[in-house]
Amino acid sequence: MIRIANGQGFWGDWLEAPVRLVEQGPIDYLALDYLAEITMSILQKQKEGDPNLGYARDFPPLIARIQRRLIERDIKVIANAGGVNPVACAREVRRVAPSLKVAVVLGDDVFGRLDEFLAAGHAMKNMDTGEPLSGIRDRILSANAYIGAFPLAEALAAGADVVIAGRCTDTALSLAPMIHRFGWKSDEWDKLAAGTIAGHIVECGAQCTGGNCQVDWQNVPDMANIGYPIIEADHAGRFSITKHEGTGGRVSADIVKEQLLYELGDPKNYITPDCVADFTSIQLKDAGPDRVQVSGIRGGARPQMLKLSIAYSYGWKAIGTLVYSAPQALEKSKAADRIVRERLQQLGLKFEDIYSEFFGVNACHGPVAVPNPDPPEVQLRIGVRGQDRKAVDRFTRELIPLVLSGPPTGTGFGEGRPPVREVVAYWPALIPRELIQTSVEVVE
Amino acid sequence: MKIPLSRIAHARSGDKGDTSNIGIIAFDARHYPLLVREVTPGRVKQFFGEMVKGKVERYELPNLGALNFLLHETLGGGGTLSLRVDAQGKTLGAALLRMEIDAAEHEVS
Repeated sequence: MIRIANGQGFWGDWLEAPVRLVEQGPIDYLALDYLAEITMSILQKQKEGDPNLGYARDFPPLIARIQRRLIERDIKVIANAGGVNPVACAREVRRVAPSLKVAVVLGDDVFGRLDEFLAAGHAMKNMDTGEPLSGIRDRILSANAYIGAFPLAEALAAGADVVIAGRCTDTALSLAPMIHRFGWKSDEWDKLAAGTIAGHIVECGAQCTGGNCQVDWQNVPDMANIGYPIIEADHAGRFSITKHEGTGGRVSADIVKEQLLYELGDPKNYITPDCVADFTSIQLKDAGPDRVQVSGIRGGARPQMLKLSIAYSYGWKAIGTLVYSAPQALEKSKAADRIVRERLQQLGLKFEDIYSEFFGVNACHGPVAVPNPDPPEVQLRIGVRGQDRKAVDRFTRELIPLVLSGPPTGTGFGEGRPPVREVVAYWPALIPRELIQTSVEVVE
Repeated sequence: MKIPLSRIAHARSGDKGDTSNIGIIAFDARHYPLLVREVTPGRVKQFFGEMVKGKVERYELPNLGALNFLLHETLGGGGTLSLRVDAQGKTLGAALLRMEIDAAEHEVS
C-alpha cells in the first residue's frame, strides 16, 4: 500500500496545506497541482520577460521549507510546477534544496512546433467551435500538449526526489506513483482508470475532504485546520480516500460523490492520455471515520489523440462596480446601468459584450434568484469586453461620474476606476499522440 | 405534492469553457429513480430560462445515485472571456436545488 497526498488544488491554494501533509502523518508521495488552462500563457509572458522565469514561483520556497521532512520520511514530490520552463524551476529547486535529486519531464511544450504541425496538415481545430487554428496563429501565446502519467513514473524510476513537469494532466500526478510502485503496464486499463479516478478525487485538494461541500456544511468540523486528501492505494487498483488523523474537515461517500461529479462531462468516457475511465463503474463505501473505499473501476484503451492547451490573445475587458443604498436600491442601480449604457452608446463605442449584474439581487442565480423587494443595498457590477482597448479604457471612466450625475446614494467607488485587463482565451485542440515525444532529464 | 430538490439531493457545479456542469446526488439511493423521473433536461432548461442559451444534456450515474447535467452556453463565454461574477458556474448547483419537483408522499417519507 502506498499513500499519495494532494497538497495543492491550484496555484494559489492554501500554502500551509502541503507543509501540514508532510508534518502531520505518514505519506509516501506529495502531489501538487499548479496549472490551470490560462496559467501557461501568463508563465509564457513571464519567460519572455526573463528567461529564468515561466514556472510556479511558489514551488521552490515550498520545497526549501519542507526539504528536511522529505528526506527524513523519504517522501517524493510530483508537481506540474514547471509551467513553460521546467528546467529553470528545477535549477531553482536545486539551489534552495541542494541535497534533493530533481528530474524534469519535457516534451509537452509545442509552442515552437505549431507551424511544423500546421504544415503537416494538422488543423488543430477548436474543439468547441470547429474553427481552424490558422485564424488566430499570430496571436498565440502558449501551446502545450497534456501528457500523461507514464513520463512522470519514468522520472520516479530515475530516482528523483522531486519530479517537475509542465502541462501534464492533474490526474497524472497521483497515477504516476502507482505506475512506478506497482509496475502497472500501459494497457492495464482498469488499474490505470482506478488511479486516474483516484487522481480526479484528490486533484482539487480539500474539495473532497469537506471544503465547498453542500452536505451539512455547517457541521463540517474545524474547517480552519482542514486536512488535505490522501489516497491509500494497493497494487490491484483498489484505494481509499482519507486524511491525516486530528485534522479538520470530513471524508465521507457523499463528499467524494460531489467531487467525482465536479467538472465531469460524459461519465462513461473520462478521457486522459493514459486511459478512458468509466465513472459509472465506481463503487463507494464509507469504511470508518474519514475513510471512503473505492472499488470496481473499469477503464478502456487510451486515445490516439492528445489534447492541446493553446492560449491566445483575444482582446480586452474591464469590470467596475457602484453601490446604491435603500430605499429603492435596485431601482437606483438599474437607472445607473441604463445611464452608463446610454452614455457609451452616445460615444459610439462598440463592444462584443456588455453585461450587468446586481449584487444582492441576482448576480449568482440570475432569473432563478428569489426576489428581494427592498434590499438594504445593491451593488451594480457592469463589465464590457471587446477588441478595441481604447473603447474598453473609455468605459472605465464612465462609472464614477454617476456618483454626482446619476441616481442618489451612489457610493463604493473608493478603489477608483477599474483596470483594463487583457483577455487571454483558451483554445482546446487535438494532435496525434505520436507527434508528442516526452523525455526525462535529471538536473544536476 | 411539490418539494424542493434540496430535500432529497445535494449538488456540486463547475465549468468546462462556456458549459456549466451540475452534479445532482440523491442523499438516499432510494430517491434516485425520482431524480431520473423529475429532473429531466427539459425541466432544467426551463428552470434556468434565459440563463442557458444552449442545450441541456443529462448523464446518469446510478452507481452514485447521481445525475450529471451539462448546460451549454451558460457562462457568458466562459473562462477568461466571461463578464459574470460566477464565471465558473460554481453557484448553479445550489440554484438548481431550489427547483420544485413532484413527489408522492410515500416516495419521500
